[in-house]
Amino acid sequence: MKTPKRSLKTLKAPLKHLPIRPARTYESRLNREQSTTRVRLVPILTVMLGSMLTTIPLITQEPILPPFGLLMFLAWRLMRPGIWPAWIGLPLGLFDDLFSGQPFGSSGLIWSVLMITAEIIDSYARWRDHWQDWLIATAMIISALFAGLVFAGWAYKPTGVSVLLPQILLSIMCYPLVVRLCSLLDGWRLAK
Amino acid sequence: MAPPTNRRPGFSRKAQYGLFATYVLAIAGAIFAVLLLIISIADPAGFAGLRKIGTEITAPASRIADSIRRSIGGMTNNMSAYLDASKKNAALEKRVQRQHTRLLKARAIEIENARLRGLLGLVETEADKVAIGRLISSSSTSSRRLATLSIGSNYNLQKSQVVVGPSGLIGRIVEVGPTTARVLLISDADNVVPVMRGNDGQPAFATGLGNGLVVIRPLDLGVNPFKPGDVIVTSGNGGIYRPNMPVAVVLKKTVDGAIGRPLAHPAATPYALVIKEYLPEATAAQIVNEELAKQSEKSE
Repeated sequence: MKTPKRSLKTLKAPLKHLPIRPARTYESRLNREQSTTRVRLVPILTVMLGSMLTTIPLITQEPILPPFGLLMFLAWRLMRPGIWPAWIGLPLGLFDDLFSGQPFGSSGLIWSVLMITAEIIDSYARWRDHWQDWLIATAMIISALFAGLVFAGWAYKPTGVSVLLPQILLSIMCYPLVVRLCSLLDGWRLAK
Repeated sequence: MAPPTNRRPGFSRKAQYGLFATYVLAIAGAIFAVLLLIISIADPAGFAGLRKIGTEITAPASRIADSIRRSIGGMTNNMSAYLDASKKNAALEKRVQRQHTRLLKARAIEIENARLRGLLGLVETEADKVAIGRLISSSSTSSRRLATLSIGSNYNLQKSQVVVGPSGLIGRIVEVGPTTARVLLISDADNVVPVMRGNDGQPAFATGLGNGLVVIRPLDLGVNPFKPGDVIVTSGNGGIYRPNMPVAVVLKKTVDGAIGRPLAHPAATPYALVIKEYLPEATAAQIVNEELAKQSEKSE
């Protein structure tokens, strides 16, 4: 669609009180396209950044930091179903394994299974609100952390289950915050 | 959230097959991950190369953030010290006077100690230092207890060298990258340290619990002599850890041993000293003998 040509005089008049970048004066303000790279890359890159957060200089005696990569992954997937193809769990999970200290392949498997589970849940659910999303995310976080503990226990010596409880609680409490962050990013990502 | 409007992507066969293919790929991906997991369980060091790349990439960011954290911590300490300087000054002067006599006594004891040591022939060997580094991050989301050291093979670090802090044993090195190394902390369940009670040499093993504590199990079955407050040091049995390095202090007694808290807190350790793994003299002598035997064989 073509925007009708306007003379500079008529264009400038309504722009006086609008705070707009000068470069935008001559851009079309109708029918603008979003940047496809931004739409595609923002969710993936934020999940990867979340996985890399373990490298902050926080030296803990027990696993206390919520797995932000997993939280970001769940938040994007539950907030925007269909944002990713179902196989995305494998590459993102393997990337998470590089940083988490878990045996390589454990997050790859867990995240793949979570992605398939989310597809199955989507095929049953008719209408979901934030509370149901949180509930689903809670179940997924708990099972993911337990599975991670079991896999680490097979590869190395097993540790007690009680070690996980603070981390699970903290992760569940952090989930709504991560969803808020994702929805902010989502607004920016889809802005025209 | 509203349900996704249309799960069937229209009447296009191509689009339907495309969607189906993503599900097939997802399941194939999960199976592939199972295979990777089996490989890494069978050979835990197998993907070390990949993980090293991960730590190396993020190490600069960790280093910068770590130095910021340290300088901020130092700043607040300096400020608070400045604020109650006068009060502290008075208290310190009093303490100096009180301790002057003690110092004299201690000097006498030191001289006596040196003389006794000379008599016993106990000469403490200087630990074989490799390098000094800093702990810059840890696996804080996983149940494994690993920390990252700021130096790697650029400072001649090698696997199974021992990392010690000013207040005690921290762990041992399990992976070495070009500029970083991974340290298995003593609080990891995989790390077994041969230890003994500091005052009477009661032998035991210390194993991590994964939650920052260690469990101490005595070697002699049926004997559980530990009391809260006992200091546990390395015994040097079996090599790797040299004897008499402080490990933990006993918190409470359990049915078959005791629970202890490691003396070195990795987060509060300003510097970490890397020392060579300890070879008991017998083993060292054996190695020397074997080498001599080989040489003599060659010469014959």
